[in-house]
Amino acid sequence: MDHITTPKVENVKLLDRYTNRKPANGTLYLTATHLIYVDASAEVRKETWILHHHIASVEKLPLTTSGCPLLIRCKNFRVAHLVIGHERDCHEVYTSLLKLSQPVKPEELYAFSYNPKMPKDSREIGWKLIDLKVDYQRMGIPNDFWEITDANKDYEVCNTYPPEVVVPKAANKATVLGSAKFRSRGRIPVLSYLYKENNAAICRCSQPLSGFSARCLEDEQMLQAIRQANPGSPFMYVVDTRPKLNAMANRAAGKGYENEDNYDNIHFKFIGIENIHVMRSSLQKLLEVCETKSPSMSDFLTGLENSGWLRHIKAVMDAGVFLAKAVKEEKASVLVHCSDGWDRTAQVCSLASLLLDPFYRTFKGLMVLIEKEWIVMGHKFSHRCGHLDGDLKEVSPVFTQFTECVWQLMQQFPCAFEFNERFLLEIHDHVYSCQFGNFLGSCYREREALKIFEKTHSLWPFLLQKKQEFRNPLYKGFTVYKELKPNTLPFSFQFWCGMYNRFDKGMHPKQCVLDHLLNCMSQKMKLEDNATDLENKLPFLDNPLPNEVCSLSKIVNASVESSKTPMLNTPQDYESEPPALLTNGAIVEEVDIMPDQDQKNKENFANHHDLLDLNSTMEVIESDAKKEKPQHQ
Amino acid sequence: MEFAELIKTPRADNVILHRPFYPAVEGTLCLTGHHLILSSRRQDNAEELWLLHSNIDSIEKRFVGSLGTIIIKCKDLRIIQLDIPGMEECLNIASSIEALSTLDSVTLMYPFFYRPMFEVVEDGWHSFLPEREFELLSSVTNEWRLSYVNKEFSVCPSYPPAVTVPKSIDDEALRRVATFRHGGRFPVLSYYHKKNGMVMMRSSQPLTGTNGRRCKEDSALINATLRAGKRGYIIDTRSLNVAQQARAKGGGFEQEVQYPQWRRIHKSVERYNILQESLIKLVEACNDQSHNMDRWLSKLEASNWLTHVKEILTAACLAGQCIDREGASVLVHGTEGTDSTLQITSLAQIILDPRCRTIRGFEALVEREWLQAGHPFRLRCAQSAYSNSKQKWESPVFFLFLDCVWQILRQFPCSFEFNEHFLIMLFEHAYASQFGTFLGNNESERCKLKLSQKTMSLWSWVNQPEELRKFKNPLFEANSLVIWPSVAPQSLQLWEGVFLRWNRSSKFLDEAYEEMNNIIEYNKELQAKVNALRRQLAELETDDGMQENS
Repeated sequence: MDHITTPKVENVKLLDRYTNRKPANGTLYLTATHLIYVDASAEVRKETWILHHHIASVEKLPLTTSGCPLLIRCKNFRVAHLVIGHERDCHEVYTSLLKLSQPVKPEELYAFSYNPKMPKDSREIGWKLIDLKVDYQRMGIPNDFWEITDANKDYEVCNTYPPEVVVPKAANKATVLGSAKFRSRGRIPVLSYLYKENNAAICRCSQPLSGFSARCLEDEQMLQAIRQANPGSPFMYVVDTRPKLNAMANRAAGKGYENEDNYDNIHFKFIGIENIHVMRSSLQKLLEVCETKSPSMSDFLTGLENSGWLRHIKAVMDAGVFLAKAVKEEKASVLVHCSDGWDRTAQVCSLASLLLDPFYRTFKGLMVLIEKEWIVMGHKFSHRCGHLDGDLKEVSPVFTQFTECVWQLMQQFPCAFEFNERFLLEIHDHVYSCQFGNFLGSCYREREALKIFEKTHSLWPFLLQKKQEFRNPLYKGFTVYKELKPNTLPFSFQFWCGMYNRFDKGMHPKQCVLDHLLNCMSQKMKLEDNATDLENKLPFLDNPLPNEVCSLSKIVNASVESSKTPMLNTPQDYESEPPALLTNGAIVEEVDIMPDQDQKNKENFANHHDLLDLNSTMEVIESDAKKEKPQHQ
Repeated sequence: MEFAELIKTPRADNVILHRPFYPAVEGTLCLTGHHLILSSRRQDNAEELWLLHSNIDSIEKRFVGSLGTIIIKCKDLRIIQLDIPGMEECLNIASSIEALSTLDSVTLMYPFFYRPMFEVVEDGWHSFLPEREFELLSSVTNEWRLSYVNKEFSVCPSYPPAVTVPKSIDDEALRRVATFRHGGRFPVLSYYHKKNGMVMMRSSQPLTGTNGRRCKEDSALINATLRAGKRGYIIDTRSLNVAQQARAKGGGFEQEVQYPQWRRIHKSVERYNILQESLIKLVEACNDQSHNMDRWLSKLEASNWLTHVKEILTAACLAGQCIDREGASVLVHGTEGTDSTLQITSLAQIILDPRCRTIRGFEALVEREWLQAGHPFRLRCAQSAYSNSKQKWESPVFFLFLDCVWQILRQFPCSFEFNEHFLIMLFEHAYASQFGTFLGNNESERCKLKLSQKTMSLWSWVNQPEELRKFKNPLFEANSLVIWPSVAPQSLQLWEGVFLRWNRSSKFLDEAYEEMNNIIEYNKELQAKVNALRRQLAELETDDGMQENS
């Protein structure tokens, strides 16, 4: 790669944001795809891999005595603070990273060079894993009211929609084309989800070009067709997910929202989710809070509140809940839009589907949902995730918010999802990684032009291969929970430490219940095999198991012992004021592969800066206490 | 006094009970000396409410026409509403509840009337005697002795009769030290760290006053715990400022000149009504049904509850770190040594000592570091979050301790033998109970009340196998390591199991807990089955072998 002038730099320090412990010392490598840091000071080889595409920003900080600091912020919320000995090296790494992290042409994206060495046809099969037609069939479509049409086959209706969309049977070609002219970017009302049990549908579109008084007969017919496709309900909802003020402002630009008087039997409603710019700056503020060095509880909570992040998450969730309730309880169809109908609309429609239909809470189902409501319907991943060097104002954590909403639901309904938190994080990683073709480009048409189906791999089969580590051991299966009715009072929303402070291991619980239960699951399979084997070996087994079962508990315990979750645990700096200086945030993730027995050694990594950095709030009796530093320093 | 005098209307019909997440129930309300009972006319008894009067924190009454409504706010944070037809009945019942829930005399409390329906296998009053704890200590060190200097509660009214002190210090010296420490609370052993022989002691503040009064026995006592050439740490739970101000009132802190072998660290922890106000604000925030996120977060922040949790945990971790990492002995005290001191010494033990993370060990800890150590439960737990009285002595000190334990449990979910329900149960019983365990302010009062003869111990009930089952953590795997919790704000959470318990349905979380339990239980059974089969197979093989040989 011509961008890499210095492929290897020695004597690079990796600082930990949360401690003053001795930084790791090691070597930095730049490859075509990754930045790799190898820690030479550790007893066990520790590697930190950062994908260039994951790098959100690189910042050169003022020179210090120990070298030239480089701050790398990643889109998956990792923050790496490197110190490079020589200014020149640092500058070269800096300029290389700037270029590597901001590819200009789509062909430079990782997906086009990523080669997992698999036969051509399995790559092709991989792309066929998710078939949306199957999902429509599952909803009973086509049926008397809905059909799959190729009206958009040459993108003549809408260039950001896929060639095939689901529309009411009653809407003829003229209606479709007419409505397209009246909708922003031709994004006509199409079906998102049909609730089979009562025929209520969730449909999505963009805002109407209504201005102050314009109307469109075909668009009115379109809505009527949608309403009439649900004969059980006399009315339908039209939900504008924007704040009313924003929608009104759009009228001046010839856009706007539906006039209730012009449409038959619609109930119009604003929901008030903020736009991409508000969300971007909200996340920015949230990350600042997460990055703050040893904040007080008050700093943190105030920062969390001021970021508005959870308020926005709640707004999205409330909208999803409103839709699900309208469909399930009021048996009414809903048409949802925002401005272009590819951000808030995608969030809200997919969330409502997830609430209504347990299928979307399975591995396959979530993939289908993301494919259906996000990828195919033209959520502009490329712009929102900043895949290519481009307009920063287009970047916004819209998909991150959806991911978080799913996570919030998982907190309230721990047994309702087939997958666990790691699955969400993995998907989120790959939305930004550009390692797979799925999220490249900004709509179906662009993806076709990029030939992603021919040139890249699909993420989904790779995720399914890792199903064991992504499964939720508490999942109770498909049929146990039908629709979910989450509590949306503010206290039901938690800060997602696992996402925004994901790489600060010290903040997470030191023993992981999920790992423990996953262990149990794999152990269970082994034991069941064992039991069958043994039963087959025994010539006869007439009598049921003897009562000694209970008395064997000691052996059981002994064997369970081996499955012990490794514990990552060192004290942090509890003394400084403000207090929380994390020594245990220090240890990079690679450490936790170390077994318990290494606890002692592990503790040596941590610098007990401890009791010796005294400050004003504390009175020292002995000033020469430093001489007494214990040997474990 | 007869309870009957207080009960003007012992029963009322057609009363409607409203509770969160349950349909309203109509039934007959009965008042007894200690309970408020509502029984519906249904055949099943599932709809009944039995509420201890002592659990009632405050009541409000409202009238619409002749229909009266009483809103009862409980110390366990629950709020229920009773609609009572008839103004007079309603007023009578309200005033009875008010009188019965605020009885002055301890001996009128329910524990003195409660007759257990279970057979007492092990009398909890004798489960955790200081002598037994001392035996455990004696098996690892002989540097300590059990002193009965306080046998008559004359040296220190808030200490138990038996305390553990350095062997080299005689009772006469202890008496002298007692005069030098607030409330006579001379330094005693709180915890012995087997790993390195370091100790944690606790006491109250030294009475140095403004003119720097000193007591050579005091320094001799605490120095007796130091190894030659080693230094110790004094953790003062007040800020330096507060400690200095205390001198004006005769209190004070250890001056370096008199205690050259000790380094003092001031780690300020809030106390008294500041904590109570914090609790009141937090519970008010949790009960707010508003959908405004900013309002919730700002109320949560303004309550400062999590700030207190963080500060207490931090101080406890610091104490633990001094002992385990610095290899130093520690003395912890604040002013009286009955509140923040105990939070810190007990939490430090949970961090350091795996035994304290077992059910039995935790009970022993509560007994040792709270009950016998003289935490004034009666004063502190007189009222809870709905208190109107705002007395200085009311303070959720023990509640905060339990919250801190829950935080550690959340971070180390496999290291505790008990689960969250165990902690919640202790919270409930500390405020209102049929058992005598948490009555009184110290051992001296408990002795005078003859609690061990007249009331039942909480431990007698908890430690029955069928009760214990509910409190066992399925994830528990004995972990002999020191556990260092994170005190970063991101790592500390609102204790939903207590604070949101009555505000949201826990159905799905309960199901998850149940499922987790099932998975683990099933694995255990499976393992047992495999082992049994293996054994059977082995037996068969040896039988075969023997037959071939013969």
